Amino acid sequence: MSTYAQKKGFGATIWDYMTTVDHKKIAILYLIAGGIFFILGGLEAMFIRIQLAVPDNNFVSAGLYNEILTMHGTTMIFLAAMPLLFAFMNAIMPLQIGARDVAFPFLNSLGFWLFFFGGLFLNLSWFLGGAPDAGWTSYASLSLDSAGHGIDFYALGLQISGAGTLIGGINFLVTIINMRAPGMTYMRMPLFTWSTFVASALILFAFPPLTIGLFFMIFDRMFGSNFFDPAMGGNTVLWEHLFWIFGHPEVYILILPAFGIFSEIFATFSRKRLFGYSSMVFATVLIGFLGFMVWAHHMFTTGMGPIANAIFAVATMAIAVPTGIKIFNWLFTMWGGSIKFTTPMLWAVAFIPSFVAGGVTGVMLATAAADYQYHDSYFVVAHFHYVIVGGVVFALLAGTHFYWPKMFGTMLNEFLGKITFWLFLIGFHLTFFIQHFLGLMGMPRRIFTFLPDQGLETGNLISTVGAVLMAVAVIVLLINIVITSVKNERVGNDPWEDGRTLEWSIPSPPPFYNFKQLPLVRGLDAYWLEKVEGKKGMTPAEPLGDIHMPNNSILPVVMSLGLFIAAFGAMYRTEHAWGLPVLIGGMLITLLAMFARSVKDDHGFHIHKEDLENDDDKGGKA
Amino acid sequence: MANQQPTSGNPRVDIEYRRKKSAEEMRYQVITFALMIFLTLVSFVAVGYGEFSGWFIVPFILLLAVVQVIFQLYYFMHMSHKGHEAPQIFLYSGAFIGAATVLAFMTVIWW
Ligand code: HEM
Ligand SMILES: [Cu+2]
Repeated sequence: MSTYAQKKGFGATIWDYMTTVDHKKIAILYLIAGGIFFILGGLEAMFIRIQLAVPDNNFVSAGLYNEILTMHGTTMIFLAAMPLLFAFMNAIMPLQIGARDVAFPFLNSLGFWLFFFGGLFLNLSWFLGGAPDAGWTSYASLSLDSAGHGIDFYALGLQISGAGTLIGGINFLVTIINMRAPGMTYMRMPLFTWSTFVASALILFAFPPLTIGLFFMIFDRMFGSNFFDPAMGGNTVLWEHLFWIFGHPEVYILILPAFGIFSEIFATFSRKRLFGYSSMVFATVLIGFLGFMVWAHHMFTTGMGPIANAIFAVATMAIAVPTGIKIFNWLFTMWGGSIKFTTPMLWAVAFIPSFVAGGVTGVMLATAAADYQYHDSYFVVAHFHYVIVGGVVFALLAGTHFYWPKMFGTMLNEFLGKITFWLFLIGFHLTFFIQHFLGLMGMPRRIFTFLPDQGLETGNLISTVGAVLMAVAVIVLLINIVITSVKNERVGNDPWEDGRTLEWSIPSPPPFYNFKQLPLVRGLDAYWLEKVEGKKGMTPAEPLGDIHMPNNSILPVVMSLGLFIAAFGAMYRTEHAWGLPVLIGGMLITLLAMFARSVKDDHGFHIHKEDLENDDDKGGKA
Repeated sequence: MANQQPTSGNPRVDIEYRRKKSAEEMRYQVITFALMIFLTLVSFVAVGYGEFSGWFIVPFILLLAVVQVIFQLYYFMHMSHKGHEAPQIFLYSGAFIGAATVLAFMTVIWW
C-alpha cells in the first residue's frame, strides 16, 4: 500500500489531517491551532493596551476588561505557547533521535484533539454568556464568587486540554527513552531533544496537581462540594498551592524547550559545537528538578510565615545558578565561532540580554521581604513578560524561521524575517521595560484604568506604542508566510547549510516514514560528523527492509468531541433538564470510541522494500 | 531500549545458566512473599494488641507499607534487573516531589 504524492481535493486533505497519526502532520496541526490562538491572545493584548493607553479610558468596561485580561493570559499560556512548542517537539524531536514516529502515534493525535476541543470550549465562552474573569490564576476566593458560567468554561476547558497535554508529554518521554536510533546514547542527544525530555517529565509531574485543583473547582462550582470555601470548612489557599505546584513547573515547561531551540541555533550559526554540552544537560535537568521546590514564591504574601518564606526564597534564588551556567555556555559557544547572522540567530542573540533582564527581576522578586512591595504590581508583569516573551516567544519566532524549511520544504524570506525581528524587538522593550517603573511607582496589576496626574500617563502610552510595533511585526511574519507559500520554491535537505543534527540529513519535508534506513549515530552532532569526513549523508544502521507504519484513525476526534459535549452537560446540568442527558451522552461517546479502539485490532501496514527503492529521495509531501 | 539484543534465536544462549537464574529468582520471590505476609500480620497485631498509642502505630504501619512497596517493586516487578533505570528515576523523583508537597501542605497550610 503506497500513498505517494497525488493531488488531493480540499475535503480529502481535511479528512487526511483529521485522521492523521503522522507526527509531522500533527506538528502542523499544532502549529496552525497554536498560531490561531496566538493571534487571538494577541488581539486581546491589543485591547488591554488600548484601554490602558490613556487615563480614565472607557474603551471597554471594567467587567469586560477582566474577561479580556483573563482570556489573554489563559490563551497565551495554555493554548498558544505550549501547543506551539509541541509543534516543534513533534516536528523535530523524532527526527533528531532518528525515529520513524513517536512511540504512540494514535495517542499523539488524541493529545492534539483534546487540546483543540478544550481550547475551543474555553473560547466559546465569549458567545455563551461571558468569558472567565478571575485572572489566569483563577484564585478560588474570586472565582467561586464569579457569576455566570465563565469560570466553568475555564475549569472544564482546561481540564480537557490539560489531559491532551499530559498525553503528549508521556508520549514524548516514551519516545525518547525507547526509540533512539542505533548509537544515539543519552549523551549524544541534541539539546532540543534533551529539553523536550525534561519538559515532558515536568508535564508528567506538574499536570496532575492542576487536574486535581480543577476537579475541586468543578465540584465546588457545579456539584455542590466545598473544598475551597472556608465558611464550610474548606481552604481557599489550597487552590493557590495546587495551582502554583503546577504553575511554576509550567513556566519551566515553557522555557526549557525554548532553551533547547536556542541551543541548536547557537551551535548551528556559530558553526561550532555547543560549548559545555554535558554541563548544559546537567543544568537542564537541575532546573527541572528545582522547578518543583519553589512554587510558594508566588504566595509570599499569603501569610505562610517567615520560615516558609525564607526556604522558598533561597530555593528560588538557587535556580539562577544553573540558568547562569546556560547563559555562559551560549556566550562561549559564540566566542570564536564564525557567526552567521541569519534571522534565527538574531533572535537567539537578542534573547540573551532580554532573558537575563527577566532573570534578574526574578531574583529581586524572590527576595521575600521585598516582594511584599513588588507583589501584584506592574513590576511582576514586567518580570514575567521579560522571561516569557523575551524567552519563549523569541524562541517560537526563531524556531518558526529555523525549522520552517524542515516542516514545509520552503524557506521564509530572510529580509522580511529581519524586519519582523527588529520591529518585534523594539516593540517588546518599549512595551515592557517601562512597566518595571510603572510597578515601582505603585501601579497595581489587573486594573482596568488609572487616574490622571499620578505620573502614570507617559509610561502607559509608551507601553501601548510598543505593543502596536509587536503587532505589526507579527503581521509582517504572516505576510512572509503567505508569500513564501505562494512562491513555493523547494529546498534541499540542509537549507541552512550548517545543519548539525539528524533532521538535516533527510529531505525537507521528510518522507512520511522519515528514514528509509535508520541512521548510525557516531557522536554528538551526528550529521556534522559525517559532513566533516566528507560524506554526503548518514551511514545506515540496517539493511533496506519493509517498514511498519500505523493506520490513520478518526477515533481521537470522536473521543475528544465526546468530552467536549459532556462538558456542556456538566455546566448546564442544574439549569436545564437536558444537562444531565447531555453529560452522560457525551461520556458515552468517548467511552464507546475507547471501547472500539480496544476491541478492534489495528495492525497497521507495511511499506514494501520495492516501493522504497523506487522512491529515491524525491522527498515526501508535507 | 533502543540497542538491546533480542534474546530469542541467539544460538549461544546458555540454557543451564538461565535455569539456575530463574530458580534463584523463584526462591527470592517465595522468601519475599512470606516476609510480606509476615509484615502484614505484624501490622494487624500492632493494632490488635491495644497497648500501643496511635502515635506509634501509624508511623510504624506506614514504615511497613514502604518496605512492602519496595519488595513489590524489586522482587515482583523486576526493578532490580538491568534496563529499569528510567522507570527508577521517574519513580523516585515522583515519590520525592510528592513527599515534598505533602510535607509542605502539612506544615504550611494545615500546620
Ligand atoms: C531566575 C529565574 C526566576 C525567578 C527567580 C523568578 C521569580 C519569580 C517570583 C518570585 C515571582 C512572583 C512575584 C509575585 O507575584 O510577587 C514570579 C512571577 C512569575 N514568573 Fe518568574 N522567576 C524566574 C523565571 C521565570 C521564568 C523562566 C518564567 C517563564 C518562562 C517565569 C514566569 C513567571 C510568571 C508567569 C510569573 C507571574 C505569575 C502570576 O502571578 O500571574 N519566571 N517569578
Ligand atoms: Cu514561579
